[in-house]
Amino acid sequence: MNYRLLYFASLCDAAGCAEEQVASGARDVSALYAELAARHGFTFTPDRLRVAVNGAFTDWNHRLVENDEVVFVPPVSGG
Amino acid sequence: MFAISEAPIDVAGLQHGLEADGAGAVVCFEGRVRNYNEGRAVNGLSYQAYIELAEAEGRRIVEEARSRFAVERISCVHRVGDLALGDVAVWAGVSAGHRAAAFDACRYVIDEVKARVPIWKREHYVEGDSEWLHPESTPK
Repeated sequence: MNYRLLYFASLCDAAGCAEEQVASGARDVSALYAELAARHGFTFTPDRLRVAVNGAFTDWNHRLVENDEVVFVPPVSGG
Repeated sequence: MFAISEAPIDVAGLQHGLEADGAGAVVCFEGRVRNYNEGRAVNGLSYQAYIELAEAEGRRIVEEARSRFAVERISCVHRVGDLALGDVAVWAGVSAGHRAAAFDACRYVIDEVKARVPIWKREHYVEGDSEWLHPESTPK
């Protein structure tokens, strides 16, 4: 399936882009993160990240559908 | 009200927005760009946000504060982009009938924004390097 990934902060630096279209066999966000972490060298373990699908926080078991927009949210540092 | 802003924060305008006939207390917090962090000299910050989710989460925090404390008005704005020393990075203001609720609600809003809203800062050091901050937890 095809997903749209947005990357922020150090994940953006590691991926080398702010967004990309990904064709993947992953069917949930957990499997998708494992695949992308291996490809881009992401060093965060999932317990340090939150995940959002289509603009809303969700959990790591979230089942993905075609054209979902997925964001792995690294630890925040606003303020 | 919660917003992400690419333009400098209009503090006077935001304070004006807190006015209410029942507001006997107004508490405002300004988070400003500081010239050091964890032993290193800093000469600027860049902020990035996942704007869609940041504004949704920020509005949720404001509504939580409204349900927890007896307040009149709440506003919070966070900057994105490149900021210089002394610039206001985040502004939170609360008006309420009495000071306890105003202080408590303002503290709640800024603490939750720092902990939950998807915004990241990149520190620029005087030596010329820079890095994104991804803290385990943030000092209060």
